Amino acid sequence: MENFNLILTGVGGQGIITLLQVIDEAAAVEGYDVKSSELHGLSQRGGSVEAHIRFGKKVFSPMVSNGQADLIFALEAMEGLRESAKAGKQARLLVNEYTLPLVGAPTKEEIIKQLKAGKNALYMVPASADCKEKLQNDIVCTLYMVGYAVAKKLMPIKKESALQAIKNVIPQKYLELNIKAFELGHDK
Amino acid sequence: MKKILLGNEAIIQGSLAAGVSYVSGYPGCPSAEIGDDFAKIAAKYGVYVEWATNEKVGLESAIGASFSGLKTLVNMKSFGINVCSDSLLPLAYTGTKGAMVIVVADDPSCWSSAQTEQNSRAYSQFGHIPTLEPADPQECYDFTKLAFEISEKFKTPVILHTTTRVNHQKMPVIFEEVKTGNQFKKGEFIKNPHQFTTMPPRTLEMKKELLDKIKKIQAFTEKSKINEIDLGKGSVGIITSGVSYLHVKEALKVLKLDLPVLKLGFFYPLPEEKIKKFIKPLKKLLVVEELDNYFERELNVLTRIANAKLQIFGKNVLPVIGELNTEKVCVALAKVMGKKFLEFKIRNLKLEIPRRTARLCEGCPYWYVFPTLKRVAPNAIFTGDIGCNMIAGMSPHNIQDTLFSMGASLGIAHGVSKSTNQKVISIMGDGTFFHAGISPLLNAVYNKSKPLMIILDNRITAMTGHQQNPGMGKTLMGEDTTEVNIEEIAEACGVKNIKVLDPINMKELEGTVKEFLEKDEISLIICKRICALLERRQKKS
Ligand SMILES: Cc1ncc(C[n+]2csc(CCOP(=O)(O)OP(=O)(O)O)c2C)c(N)n1
Repeated sequence: MENFNLILTGVGGQGIITLLQVIDEAAAVEGYDVKSSELHGLSQRGGSVEAHIRFGKKVFSPMVSNGQADLIFALEAMEGLRESAKAGKQARLLVNEYTLPLVGAPTKEEIIKQLKAGKNALYMVPASADCKEKLQNDIVCTLYMVGYAVAKKLMPIKKESALQAIKNVIPQKYLELNIKAFELGHDK
Repeated sequence: MKKILLGNEAIIQGSLAAGVSYVSGYPGCPSAEIGDDFAKIAAKYGVYVEWATNEKVGLESAIGASFSGLKTLVNMKSFGINVCSDSLLPLAYTGTKGAMVIVVADDPSCWSSAQTEQNSRAYSQFGHIPTLEPADPQECYDFTKLAFEISEKFKTPVILHTTTRVNHQKMPVIFEEVKTGNQFKKGEFIKNPHQFTTMPPRTLEMKKELLDKIKKIQAFTEKSKINEIDLGKGSVGIITSGVSYLHVKEALKVLKLDLPVLKLGFFYPLPEEKIKKFIKPLKKLLVVEELDNYFERELNVLTRIANAKLQIFGKNVLPVIGELNTEKVCVALAKVMGKKFLEFKIRNLKLEIPRRTARLCEGCPYWYVFPTLKRVAPNAIFTGDIGCNMIAGMSPHNIQDTLFSMGASLGIAHGVSKSTNQKVISIMGDGTFFHAGISPLLNAVYNKSKPLMIILDNRITAMTGHQQNPGMGKTLMGEDTTEVNIEEIAEACGVKNIKVLDPINMKELEGTVKEFLEKDEISLIICKRICALLERRQKKS
């Protein structure tokens, strides 16, 4: 297999770093070489955040070049749309059907319409809404989306590996909730 | 042991494996996790960790520890080296006693830096300080250990120069598990003024000793395995270092090329003989480095000796501004090789998507301050400072007329106040006040200017990820300590008009601003209200 290239995108505070840790770990559990790149600091304060993960036989650079992503994993729809401009034909878009308001931003309907009009395979999931409704916690939408991505084979990670990674990464206190979110997305 | 580590975590592990016992520094992005995360585990390894009040003090703290025989680690972001340079340069002269490694983390592309896109490598040459450049977390671990060895062997501080993409890169790292349960072991300062004091004529003698030492280290670098050659074919070669090496390896794959690559683990001093040998058979050389062309300049000199016909490519095919990536290296390589490479075209979206920049958090106390200032003093000159408070310069606030470096808001406000009849308001955070705000305050009192200084005391150094500071009554390792009072410092500096208030009382804030703007001497309003994120976090735990 060629290296698998993943871009995570969302808004500071949505839990991108934990999501990255889980996927990194899952790739390592699968036996892949893995590298990732994240940004801290200023971006935490409600700005756009983007993190890259690459895994496969041998990875040098931790960054995904424009046009090279296999999967764009968007925790927020407008950030997903923004990122889609840099997506090559092969990229699949996994998008949380959720928008965070911003002055001057297009409406949710417009964003979704544009996402659908694009050429990339699109997977829209109501991750935030489902997690809020069924688990009373929407921060775990990240794990819901991992569950979904694994079930739909959007990334070459087996369910057992993902679950193992979650156990390795998530503190005991929050483990049950996170696994529930994962299963919820997996069974969607 | 093999575990996925962040570059900064790997630096911590490398330091532990090297036997570090004293860690000082000052937080900034992308280096802050070194102090923050070290503090969480330090006690069980018998390591002392602190945040100093600024980088200069942090370095001096480590100098004291090193002279007392302890192994020390210092950590800071790029700008920190500017602040500590006044003590860093003499340290090269005196040398160290206990080994000392100084992490300096640059941030090409300014992902989380306001003031400049600094390339801190200049200090290595300028101060004659051996410098290593790791490319990934595994090298962060290995190079940190090696840096301690070099420091130990040659009695010199060693800089570990990193960039955001190294500090904040993750990968599985192989490292040795260090045993826990050690107590912090004190050292002993054995007097040696001959070595520890710089004063002419000794200073010039020390300079000679330093230059001799660097020659010895240079001989060491010639044999060092971290200056490694990846063999390849043909008469075109590449020289690179740090994270750029990773992009080079990817670019070679993309373009299906097999060229020899010399990866320099040492930035300073350079293994000149090794480089000469590498370039000797080449017709063309591509130098891949981020920002300014330090390697390229050195190579221009070396080629004159080793291979005058060599054609050197560097900043004529690579950008001086912004970090590098695989694509940029592909473009450069394609030019050098006369190959075709099509850059990916970012599509135009049919919708205008506004940039989502940093903004004040929900409930941030600054929400009460900026609009009030804007309303009460629409014509004032606002000198800004570094921190979450610089969001004052962004929409919807847009009240920031200058932004420089930590503490500069008040130094500049003083100058404007002396030079004009305009009203001047400086805005500074509590963390910055302790770092570099006291000295300009003293200056404004002493030299009789009349700015209004606003200190936004949100009870923490917020922007860099919530670090303790002297105003909080807690040390980095969680011990209780004196809670330093900002108004008492100001009073002691001679400020007469001081008001401490909670900015949520906007009427009171408004009245005080109006009153103080009329004063004929400097005045100070301390807007004291806890950072909203910190408050939420405290409630949770
Ligand atoms: C010399 C130097 N060291 C470190 C930094 C990184 N840095 C950016 S903002 C900041 C501190 C901000 O704290 P504070 O003044 O309390 O303001 P707040 O973020 O709480 O508004 C620091 C240390 C820097 N810019 N310059």
